[in-house]
Amino acid sequence: MHFAVLQFPASNCDQDAVHAVRVLGHTAACVWHKETSLGGADAVIVPGGFSYGDYLRTGAIARFSPVMQAVQTFAAAGGLVIGICNGFQILCEAGLLPGALIRNRSLQFRCEYVFLKTATTNSPFTHRIPPDQWLRLPIAHGEGCYFADEATLASLRAHDQILWQYCSAGGEITDGANPNGSLLNIAGVCNEARNVAGLMPHPERACEPILGSDDGRLVFASMIAALENRRPAAAA
Amino acid sequence: MTEPAITPELVAKHNLTPEEYAHAVEILGRTPSYTELGIFSVMWSEHCSYKNTKPLLKTFPTKSPKILVGAGEENAGIIDIGDGIAIAFKIESHNHPSAVEPFQGATTGVGGIVRDIFTMGARPVCAVNSLRFGPITANGESDISNLKSEIANNRRLFAGVVSGIAHYGNCFGIPTVAGEVYFDKTYQGNPLVNAFCLGVLRHEQITRGAAKGVGNPVFYVGPATGRDGLAGAAFASQDLTEESAEQQRGAVQVGDPFMEKLVCEACLELLATGAVAGMQDMGAAGLTCSTCETAARAGTGIEIELDKVPQRAPNMSSYEIMLSESQERMLIVVHKGREEEVKRIFDKWDLPWSEIGIVTDTGHMKVRHGGKLVVDIPAKKIADESPVYQREAQEPAYLKDVRAFRLDGIADTTTPAEDLKKLLAWPSIASKNWVYRQYDHQVRDGSVVLPGSDAAVIRIKTDSLPVMSAELAAKVGDPKVSEKLIAMTVDCNGGYVHLDPYEGAKAAVAEACRNLACSGALPLGATDNLNMPSPLKPELFWQIKESVRGLAEGCKAFNAPVTGGNCSLYNQNPAGPIDPTPTISVVGLIEKPEHVTTQWFKDEGDAIILLGDAVDQADPILGLGGSAYLQVVHGKKNGSPPRCDLEVAKTLHTTLLGLIQSGLVKSAHDCSEGGLAVALAESCISQLVARETPRLIGVTVDLTSVGRASSRAEGGAENGSSGASPHRLDALLFGETQSRVVISCKALDAVKVVERAKLMGVPAVQIGKVGGDKLTMKTAGGEFSTPLAELHDAWWNSIARAMA
Repeated sequence: MHFAVLQFPASNCDQDAVHAVRVLGHTAACVWHKETSLGGADAVIVPGGFSYGDYLRTGAIARFSPVMQAVQTFAAAGGLVIGICNGFQILCEAGLLPGALIRNRSLQFRCEYVFLKTATTNSPFTHRIPPDQWLRLPIAHGEGCYFADEATLASLRAHDQILWQYCSAGGEITDGANPNGSLLNIAGVCNEARNVAGLMPHPERACEPILGSDDGRLVFASMIAALENRRPAAAA
Repeated sequence: MTEPAITPELVAKHNLTPEEYAHAVEILGRTPSYTELGIFSVMWSEHCSYKNTKPLLKTFPTKSPKILVGAGEENAGIIDIGDGIAIAFKIESHNHPSAVEPFQGATTGVGGIVRDIFTMGARPVCAVNSLRFGPITANGESDISNLKSEIANNRRLFAGVVSGIAHYGNCFGIPTVAGEVYFDKTYQGNPLVNAFCLGVLRHEQITRGAAKGVGNPVFYVGPATGRDGLAGAAFASQDLTEESAEQQRGAVQVGDPFMEKLVCEACLELLATGAVAGMQDMGAAGLTCSTCETAARAGTGIEIELDKVPQRAPNMSSYEIMLSESQERMLIVVHKGREEEVKRIFDKWDLPWSEIGIVTDTGHMKVRHGGKLVVDIPAKKIADESPVYQREAQEPAYLKDVRAFRLDGIADTTTPAEDLKKLLAWPSIASKNWVYRQYDHQVRDGSVVLPGSDAAVIRIKTDSLPVMSAELAAKVGDPKVSEKLIAMTVDCNGGYVHLDPYEGAKAAVAEACRNLACSGALPLGATDNLNMPSPLKPELFWQIKESVRGLAEGCKAFNAPVTGGNCSLYNQNPAGPIDPTPTISVVGLIEKPEHVTTQWFKDEGDAIILLGDAVDQADPILGLGGSAYLQVVHGKKNGSPPRCDLEVAKTLHTTLLGLIQSGLVKSAHDCSEGGLAVALAESCISQLVARETPRLIGVTVDLTSVGRASSRAEGGAENGSSGASPHRLDALLFGETQSRVVISCKALDAVKVVERAKLMGVPAVQIGKVGGDKLTMKTAGGEFSTPLAELHDAWWNSIARAMA
């Protein structure tokens, strides 16, 4: 499979995402934000970083870049898109995912490992994750507090769109396990069509045992298996 | 625009002595213009010229077969790590700016050091920092006048600096993987902010900061020049007073990590085209320093036109443009005929660029503005003929009292459990998670050992390296490199250095190297940051001199040549000078992934072994001089610090590394501030699985027969006369005798480990085993047991509580 990793000015997890995909035995290439095509990719990763410096509001400018128009088209055609950290923020700003990410409850940047409970395995991003295995993944963000109005939250629940929630080592959804104040401990969601997902934790930083965790592989492995099942995919 | 006339007052305002000014006139053969005066002022500031410390710095060991770029040659030193790969690293201070404007002072500190690294052609892959502030809690600091407001101010500076580092590093996308933070009233009003960066590159990718090739065009890239940071280098080379801080707020620059990220990526992309002849960042003294130094290094001249320099403010004078320290700017000399490549790449990254000049053969730095020649200075002369001063040194009187300090009248502890908790909660010892959780420490996919162990470990992989030029790629063939593991740490106990600069500086190097050994690494090289008070007072210069002597001997002993560094002098405020703080960062190589070792205990039933003498019995104050214990429990910062015997340290490190490489060691943690008890406690409580999920693992140790009979004991009689019982419990538990490490291994291997250590000449004794949920210590003074949850809470939450 071939992944397009978007590259905005000051994306800084782009090379990590490319590396992770290669570790899993697949190919990936960066796609510059001024491009209008995704280069025939099977899936898209919107990586972490500080696109355009994030001086205005995280992801607020990135959504207008030419490459995001291509991502809109790709997603509308059912292509798999995952946004990680700043990528999640961008997808929310672009309207591809519901809700918004606001300043952490602590008002501080947080970098640490968290545990994630996979709330549903019914998605191309989670179907390979054993439901009773809490993922141990790192977070690194200042604005990762997931926020949405009551109606949106109800709709998320009704459509089984909450993919991951912050949990304790024992798998409980507790306030103490919540690193940023996200509503319902939400760490990641997908769209109603289930082909676009976003999460604040960094699975690409947890794909090799030497880095302390390889739980992140399960996310990418899910995507790859989903793509393999539905080949031939829509051309990007 | 009319420029002010050059008067003795104006010269003095530029921090040039009459003699220095006379030398400037001699170099020029005429009176300098106003702009030229400004240039001499910054080029001959301590920050740029090291005029007061050069003779001392020459005593550092700087050679090893692995050094590719040595100290003083370029913006950063470079060391070979095998397979054609090299690392570039350096530490630099941003103390004065941070005192005035903590957030921006810290951001630009990080920005400056990151630029120094990619200027060398290396991709920056990790950052480290070393910070000092005044106390953030009232404990034991009763003698501070205006206590409340001082503490509030210290917290403000601490919070501001940490968020500045976080802002810059996180946005740029460099992991901040290690550091140290101390709090002491000596740093009140004069915090220390030292930032370190490490980058990686292939040998062939080393880029020089030289204006090579007569006729080559000179490009300015990066954001426009503004009036910010005017003459910051000169500001950093004066005493800090309230008045200077107020006046100099404008000398602090504003950092833009987003811009730096773009400039870095664009520069690395440009370097891969092979179009670059030389590159230099515009750091201290901006356009002045970069043009002078590049020409001086290449032995060429350089001519630039200021009308072509992108400017942010209208009507800037030549003086302002030349001396501005606006951030994130680079000077690039391009091979003639390849200008289009610069334009293409910088346009792609939407970065301003401008062709501002040309390399000449005149040896002169010439600057034109508005059609007039405003600067004409021999580049090599101003760079090389900076004044050098042999300052007078005299031992300060206070050291007499320090040396005479004995433990008479200081009662031995009867409450070691309480004392231990106090020490763990003392901000200088407490967990720094409040700090490092604000730093992204995992971006770039390379962090193997995260902050919170003795040293950080990163791995360098193929895609960590900068993109190769087509020519280099053809030469290299298979681009894949085997992964390398690099460990690094930064250390300095300024209190020790104050109490004995020579021993304290040696101890700083020894501790850094001990931390590396505990992580499984062998030192490759070091970078130092001399944070010192004024060199103009003989007593203070003596401290500088003795510190350098200690650092030099330490670096020699551990085979860690100094590849560069930074001097920050005049660190004092109206309350007095800071403790001399020669921060040292040592970088090492770990041979194999299985040698990577962390400080926390691993499994129940493992044996705990103490390597090294429990107490230095030859020390009349038994390793308690300058100790955290004396400060925290007895409110005394006094006594000669523990002696640092470099031979003993070397043997310990070699032995420990050998044991690690044999696969026998499961954890290793060195004893430093707080001594054996703190080292044991930290080994029990410092493993962090995830947020709110520490892994606590207990121990039972029996110290009843430890610390009495010592292989190197000789000073028993002396101790007797000084009133210090050689069996003091506080010395055993909290003494800071040097060269000690607590390791754990499988119970089955314990005898083997002890025997092997002894065979190598390292005292070794099994003191207990891992297990349970308490830290239990059996001592001659009784058995003390504390639940780990209590110790963890004191240690983990203390700084957060102070900052809440």
